[in-house]
Amino acid sequence: MSMNVKKAEKFEFTKENLEWTKTQFAKYPENRKESCVMPFLHRAQEQNNGWVSVAVMEYIADMLDMPYIRVHEVATFYSMYNLKPVGKHVIEVCTTTPCWLRGSDDVVRACKEELGIGFGETTEDGEYTLLEVECAGACVNAPVIAYKEEYYEDLNEDTTRAFIKEIKAGKIPKPGPQNGRFKSCPIGGPTTLKDMAPADAEFGGGE
Amino acid sequence: MPTLTVDGIEVVVEPGTTVLQACEQAGVEIPRFCYHERLSIAGNCRMCLVEVTPGPPKPAASCALPAGDGMEVKTNTEKVKQYREGVMEFLLINHPLDCPVCDQGGECDLQDQSMAYGEGASRYTEKRRIVKEKYMGPLIRTIMTRCIHCTRCVRFADEIAGVPSLGAIGRGENMQITTYNEQAFASEMAGNVVDLCPVGALTSKPYTFKARPWELKNTETIDVHDALGSNIRIDSRGKAVMRALPRIHEEVNEEWISDKTRHAVDGLAKNRLDRPYVKKDGKLQEATWAEAFGAIAAILKGIDGSQIAGIVGDLCDAESMYAMKSFISSLGGSVECRQDGSKIGAKHRAGYLFNSGVAGIDEADAILLVGSNPRHESPVLNARIRQRWLTRKCKVANIGPEADLTYKIEQLGDSAKVLQDILDGKNDFADVLKNAEHPMIILGQGALNRNDSLAILKLAHDICEKYGGVTDDWNGFNVLHTAASRVAALDLGLVTDGGINAILDGVESGGIKVVYNLSADEFDTSKLEKAFVIYQGSHGDEGVKHADVILPGVAYTEKPGTYLNTEGRVQIAQRAIFGPGEAREDWTIFRALSEVTGSKLPFDDIAQLRAKMHAEYPSFAHVDEKPNAEWADFGVSGKVSKDGFIHAIKDFWGTNPIARSSETMDECRAAMNGENRTEGATGTDG
Repeated sequence: MSMNVKKAEKFEFTKENLEWTKTQFAKYPENRKESCVMPFLHRAQEQNNGWVSVAVMEYIADMLDMPYIRVHEVATFYSMYNLKPVGKHVIEVCTTTPCWLRGSDDVVRACKEELGIGFGETTEDGEYTLLEVECAGACVNAPVIAYKEEYYEDLNEDTTRAFIKEIKAGKIPKPGPQNGRFKSCPIGGPTTLKDMAPADAEFGGGE
Repeated sequence: MPTLTVDGIEVVVEPGTTVLQACEQAGVEIPRFCYHERLSIAGNCRMCLVEVTPGPPKPAASCALPAGDGMEVKTNTEKVKQYREGVMEFLLINHPLDCPVCDQGGECDLQDQSMAYGEGASRYTEKRRIVKEKYMGPLIRTIMTRCIHCTRCVRFADEIAGVPSLGAIGRGENMQITTYNEQAFASEMAGNVVDLCPVGALTSKPYTFKARPWELKNTETIDVHDALGSNIRIDSRGKAVMRALPRIHEEVNEEWISDKTRHAVDGLAKNRLDRPYVKKDGKLQEATWAEAFGAIAAILKGIDGSQIAGIVGDLCDAESMYAMKSFISSLGGSVECRQDGSKIGAKHRAGYLFNSGVAGIDEADAILLVGSNPRHESPVLNARIRQRWLTRKCKVANIGPEADLTYKIEQLGDSAKVLQDILDGKNDFADVLKNAEHPMIILGQGALNRNDSLAILKLAHDICEKYGGVTDDWNGFNVLHTAASRVAALDLGLVTDGGINAILDGVESGGIKVVYNLSADEFDTSKLEKAFVIYQGSHGDEGVKHADVILPGVAYTEKPGTYLNTEGRVQIAQRAIFGPGEAREDWTIFRALSEVTGSKLPFDDIAQLRAKMHAEYPSFAHVDEKPNAEWADFGVSGKVSKDGFIHAIKDFWGTNPIARSSETMDECRAAMNGENRTEGATGTDG
């Protein structure tokens, strides 16, 4: 229906992904297949080197019988869809309030200095992209970086620099808290409930 | 039925009514930006907040809240005042204070409502949002910093125009309204978003910085660019038409008009015939009215009446056609109105009207299009079919070339043979028609200008009869005309044996010596070369090419006139401005000429002319009524050819001399073909 839209470069799902789309179509009634748009965009972004191009949006719109603009709206609404090419390594730094209170400014500075780029930028060699994200949902381990579907937590300036150096060295850093903490347990061991409660303990202020 | 009180006034409303509508029923005004009667409810501007009990103790958006029994709505409390001031302050945070240079100034909802409901001052000191202009085509100028995100334009594109290319991209503060990839908004009704926009974000591009609303003279009149007879308002300043806007007429155009109606008006100032011309020494030369009349009288003197033929064009008003008919028949000649070669007859009114009425589309449950592309022949009527189709209560099928009509159609083939199959019950759509309560068949001009058109007419007639298309309260036989003058001309009986081709052949064979052409520009006039041609019209177009005398008439904005739309509804147009130079209203030219040729017409002013016309043709006296024409037997049984239909309109943007003279229409044509795209500017360009 969009009459004058020019086709950009080509995009097509791989055979495996096409097979996968069938499982998504199966989730929704035939006349509600537009509901597949978000998982499709996400899968296409994975396949398309981490970003959603115009060709991707049009391909998915055609698959779902949606006007192009409707897919465009969805892709621009969610910040998780990258609308321009990204590097091989995408480093997402959370700067929302809890992370910021716990020193995300230092983490950001370390990233920018180590990579030589700012937020939303990609290094010239096309290797690294630095993105600022809103709450990553791991506030208990703030500040947080997301990289390759893993979280790197409890960062400070030094651990951030070490983290990036390791990536640059071609290694995959160990995910999780970077300060020796186990998951979200208290640093340096438990501070309360150290002993098992005695068998005859009374709970809830019994009479 | 829910009963509720609004500010103490009790109202009873239909179930499903919103609180906002209930307030309107009670006569209480609710400010709003995103809510629009003809669009779906968005509820995103929050301007319509009211207090409602029972309910949570917070403001309620009245546009999206169904009215319930026993509700108590308050709109005049201190709290509501605060809600409105708050919303207005937020809306104005990013809205620039550029009213003095904004085309919307003086007719802006935001301006008016901030005066009425705003606080008068802003407390905002942070940075404001700046949004780059978007390209939306040659008709819509965008200044997107002014946008308040009501999404009326997006909903219009989706729901009414059926060209879903507008959308809101981004989110939150970064949300922007745009067309996909900044392409032109490719609809024939795109201009309506300018009316819908409650602020100055979308304004008319051709009208940019042309005038202020308070300096314009408003004339309520009728459109002639298609046969729908849209009700319009012509805004003029001095001797110039500045713009055309729709008027509301629920049974005709609701509140929409096509882009041709709205934007071809710049063609009114170009290529105009502003003085008479007479051919001397093989060349057209400027002349006085007396010289032109003298030349005509001299020719007519030695000529038998049967050697005179008249042809009327597509934009003529009934008065000029009546005057022409009176004049030509006083000489013994005859007048023809079907310059497109249509075979339609003038004998039975039901045989050439849109009998169901435009509003009848709202009731139709099966529509069969025959040789018609309503999107080009009448975009507003097409939008109405789309509205009906959206309710899922109506099936639409098409016999003719495939076309994108903005709704799904069942393509039955493009040959007239399919009609025969439907009549014989051999086509599945026959059952759809049979089971429909209000079946409808729409014949386009593409079905009527063929050699087998009378047989097609007969088939359509029989299909209507056979499948319950004609009952006491329903007539599903419809002809969609393309010429605004056609129905009036047929009512006046302006048809001749053999039609336009007989006239052209007569000229070729020498049987016709004089052709009086009243602004007919849609046929090949080179075939008139052998005759003495008198052309009377407003524009120098096809018709003047082989003319021997040119008499300057006026365009539709420059004369009062009666028009009958495709339904046969009589509508009266008013004069907005006077014609250029020595151009005269067309009926007066016939009146003056008749005096020179010695057969003075019996009317001296338009009132006398109308009285005579109404006496002779009573249907013209029933203003603004949908006629109920008596069903009759029309068409001629015969074989239909298997040739495919060809739509009557090949170029929507250039169907008449006014549109062809319009630069805006040229730009629209180019934009629709994907040309002329200009980069979005930053907001400072004129």
